[in-house]
Amino acid sequence: MDLSAINPVLLIASLMVAATPILLAAIGELVVEKAGVLNLGVEGMMIIGAIAGFATAVETGSPLVGFVAAAFAGAALSLLFVVLTQIALANQVASGLALTLFGLGLSALLGQSYVGIRPPEMGQLYLPLLSDLPIVGPILFSHDIILYFGIALTAAVWAMLKFTRVGLILRAVGENHDAAHALGYKVVRIRILAILFGGACAGLGGAYISLIRVPQWTEGMTAGVGWIALALVVFASWKPWRALLGAYLFGGLTVVQLNLQAAGVAIPVEYLAMSPYIITIVVLVILSADKSSAPAALGRIFHASR
Amino acid sequence: MIRLEKRPQPSQAWSLATPLVAVLATMIAGGLLFAALGKPPIEAIRTIFWEPLFGEFSFYYRPQLLIKGAPLVLIAIGLSLGFKAGIWNIGAEGQYIMGALTGAGVGLAFYPIEGWYVFPLMILAGAFGGWLWAMIPAILKTRFGTNEILVSLMLVYVAEQLLASMSLGLLKNPEGYGFPGSRNLQQYESAHNAELIANSGLHLGVVAAFIAVIFAYVLLNRHMLGFHIRLTGEAPRAARFAGVNPTRLILFCLGTSGALAGLAGLFEVSGPAGQVSIDFNVGYGFTAIIVAFLGRLHPVGILLAGGLMALTYIGGDIAQSNLGLPSSAIQVFQGMLLFFLLAFDLLTNFRIRLGAPETA
Repeated sequence: MDLSAINPVLLIASLMVAATPILLAAIGELVVEKAGVLNLGVEGMMIIGAIAGFATAVETGSPLVGFVAAAFAGAALSLLFVVLTQIALANQVASGLALTLFGLGLSALLGQSYVGIRPPEMGQLYLPLLSDLPIVGPILFSHDIILYFGIALTAAVWAMLKFTRVGLILRAVGENHDAAHALGYKVVRIRILAILFGGACAGLGGAYISLIRVPQWTEGMTAGVGWIALALVVFASWKPWRALLGAYLFGGLTVVQLNLQAAGVAIPVEYLAMSPYIITIVVLVILSADKSSAPAALGRIFHASR
Repeated sequence: MIRLEKRPQPSQAWSLATPLVAVLATMIAGGLLFAALGKPPIEAIRTIFWEPLFGEFSFYYRPQLLIKGAPLVLIAIGLSLGFKAGIWNIGAEGQYIMGALTGAGVGLAFYPIEGWYVFPLMILAGAFGGWLWAMIPAILKTRFGTNEILVSLMLVYVAEQLLASMSLGLLKNPEGYGFPGSRNLQQYESAHNAELIANSGLHLGVVAAFIAVIFAYVLLNRHMLGFHIRLTGEAPRAARFAGVNPTRLILFCLGTSGALAGLAGLFEVSGPAGQVSIDFNVGYGFTAIIVAFLGRLHPVGILLAGGLMALTYIGGDIAQSNLGLPSSAIQVFQGMLLFFLLAFDLLTNFRIRLGAPETA
């Protein structure tokens, strides 16, 4: 065992990389749940984003185009959820599960010819002076652009929910859809937009895993990150900044766990690998006592009997 | 203008017809998918649905139907009890793995002693393992109000890691030349879940699946507890006024589904699979969710749906070797089935009206 091989600066830098996919997916799902919809298909949308982004990046040679394609792919899959829950008024839990099962299968089908390929590399941001700073430079100022986009998105969603009219309407729809409907807001339309946004975010998160974090394509590579993102929304009490904090905690945990594996700690690899899932459960237990901040109409079906 | 009008009562006829309509729609959409993959669509659909039953080698495939269908039915029966009451156990895959591990563990502990008592003990251990794994989300939910969906799912990943650890460590075959995986239970007579009639596919797991169907049918239609389950699902408030104890219900539903999933795992590991290995689980726990919905959460329906889903597994394998259809295409096919089912369910609860809405 050689713990001195672990470099704290690299550890924190890779922590931020590990946290980004969880953060992107969680922020998207947070908006969806704020609108009163529970989409359990995050895992499915992420893995579709992962393969769509990967394939597009390989074909075009541009990771950025890959990310755009991933966002569209995630949104496209969430459109199926829209059809099921908003138009066919199906149960949201079952529909979300369907989305995940379907997404996992479809991604495996699409990804067959992409196994074992390396994707084009994403350039890292380089800011003169700032990136050259010791310690702070590698941690804060030399990442890829999507990582910063994730943080910016968190800020944007926070500001949108807190200060804007759009945010207020979104929250009203999520708290009491009948009242919002009576006030003349288009409940279904608002929810559809929120679901599409959530799908796009999950797609981005998935592509971040296949293009930057790993970077490679393997079947089922999201390995439960989508579900952890769902848990994170509960952990964050539906607050964007707490989602950021939570994502970094989980990211840190993953990275520490991987570093311990590499350092050859006496704990078997399998037990280290199951730790993020166990910690997720523990965190859920600690935080589940307080449900007051959950949107009141979460998971309920809206049907306007005109 | 199309609009939806809620039916006063869910339509009985549509409730029975939607699974059939969904299967038809899936065949059409699946055919399009196969055509897009460059495979002959009609030939592919025929291979999946016809070949295993009436094809040239059906004598070999028909027993497979029982072998693949039994775990699906066994798990789906358990899940359907919870789903009916709005208790979502989606971690059956984990409970299936744990049942296999504990069951095989007990069997391997007795090796090489031969005795009539070994297999019954394994069955008990398998059910107990699955039950125990399902008790984690159950107790967390009743004690702390934790979301059982997320907890049961997280535990699937934990169970997969445990499976890897066990097949590389504790349960590894000491005479296996260092290869991962346990001793083969098929070669240990007392622990082998052998076919009751040779080459029929009929092993004890199949019998257990049929018993579970009957048990669930009686429970739901003739027993107070079954009535409480249905009541909680359809009218949670009324159920509380009627004195239904939600804690007991959660423990019962999750516990039963866990035990049944554990049994399915035990019968699989001691029979068709033979040994604990890293890739022992093949997703029965997740496919069983589709089976439960496709069977309308009704025991008899689940029996039929389990058979159909087993058919797609076997037919998919044949299509893979005959037509080169990728195995993931079948996964997509099964996913589509759930989609269409949920979408067409609209017709059960709503009536579609054409024309402008009447003014009130």
